[in-house]
Amino acid sequence: MTATAVETKRKTVHLIIERQDNPDSKPYTQEFVVPYVPGMNVIACLMEIQRNPVDKDGKPVAPVTWEMNCLEEICGACMMVINGKPRQACTSLVDQLEQPIRLKPARTFPVVRDLVVDRSRMFDALKKIKAWIPIDGTYDLGPGPRMPEKDRQWAYELSRCFTCGACLEACPNVNERTSFIGPFAISQARLFNEHPTGQMHREERLEALMGEGGIHECGNAQNCVEVCPKGIPLTTSIAAMNRQVTWHAIGAWLKK
Amino acid sequence: MAQAQQSSQFLLRRLHTLAGVVPVGLFLLEHLFTNAMATAPNGAVQFNRAVDVIQHIPLLHFVEFFFIFLPLIYHGVYGLYVAFTSGYNAGQYSWTRNILFMLQRITGIITFVFIIFHLWTTRFSGKAPTFQMVHELVSNPAYFWFMIIGVVAATFHFANGLWSFCIHWGITVGARAQRVTAAVTMVIFVVLAAVGVDAIVAFTHSA
Repeated sequence: MTATAVETKRKTVHLIIERQDNPDSKPYTQEFVVPYVPGMNVIACLMEIQRNPVDKDGKPVAPVTWEMNCLEEICGACMMVINGKPRQACTSLVDQLEQPIRLKPARTFPVVRDLVVDRSRMFDALKKIKAWIPIDGTYDLGPGPRMPEKDRQWAYELSRCFTCGACLEACPNVNERTSFIGPFAISQARLFNEHPTGQMHREERLEALMGEGGIHECGNAQNCVEVCPKGIPLTTSIAAMNRQVTWHAIGAWLKK
Repeated sequence: MAQAQQSSQFLLRRLHTLAGVVPVGLFLLEHLFTNAMATAPNGAVQFNRAVDVIQHIPLLHFVEFFFIFLPLIYHGVYGLYVAFTSGYNAGQYSWTRNILFMLQRITGIITFVFIIFHLWTTRFSGKAPTFQMVHELVSNPAYFWFMIIGVVAATFHFANGLWSFCIHWGITVGARAQRVTAAVTMVIFVVLAAVGVDAIVAFTHSA
């Protein structure tokens, strides 16, 4: 083999992808080899498979489906399990990954097809803990109270959560035997409880965290903080909410 | 009804973590302290004297039932439920905290089995709780090693549980506070395990 041939042979990307045709069918794996492009990410590999849907042996297969949107790690749509860790496909650069690159759907969620999962449970969790700030009234309520700058700075960190689901995928206590809402939701409750206007509905969020699948389901394995693509201090949020919930529970009991 | 059931889950979990420290954890400390009497030069006499003091606690059976057995059974049985509903993925995510999360549940189950057998052969054996009785038990190598495993598992479960307790109750919030507590609780584990093992070894020497 000539040096050029070796060089050409090396410049490919080998992927092993766990696929599933529909929500109820059995998963199976397929291998793909795509041409290497400098600086390419996992999304670029998947696009190449879509453009030329043949497996490693050149056999035509159905193109692999996945979700994506922003391509700059601010939407959370392309979260999948890459080489055993949940992360965003857009910021997973081929140069930094060990080959073969193994792609799997985040099976904490129901798989729709291939790498596409249904993350509805996360949005249900946000509704449950009221992750918003009610500002509507029947008349102009005027401006809300100001937020201290020192609090705004750390609260901003929490606001970077884009509901990708990596924390749920890595959490051992998010499984079919529990109804745990997940680390991200607890952190969002902390975010909205800190906001001066959001504080007006503080107790409702705390009650929700004490409800079914709430904060007590956390077992402090702390995988969430390790896998969060935005580096959100999830375990600090959980402990901070534990403190709020504890005081709220004791206070509520003594007031009765 | 659904609401009541929901908040009861929260309460049961909080009582579980609380019971593990007070009174079960406190009892563990007391028990290790009493056992350590056996390491004195006149170990048999010192230990039997310490046991005699305990025997004269007023309302002993009442204290034993409400401050030891009841919380212990609750913590143990509910703990089995917690261990069963937890997932285990330390193979895929082998970070220290995740491994300790798994070990906490494994040592909990070991301690559960250990305590049942330990009570069966001591407290409910019908024999008088003396140095001689324990000496005869640990003279059996299998029982000796069973005791060593049980004491190490129980002290780890207690020390690591303290770390978790501090988070569950919102005492240690920041990452630094949790790191420091982790180091402190591991020191507590090593010290308590050493105290426990030392006492078991002391019981192997005849009085």
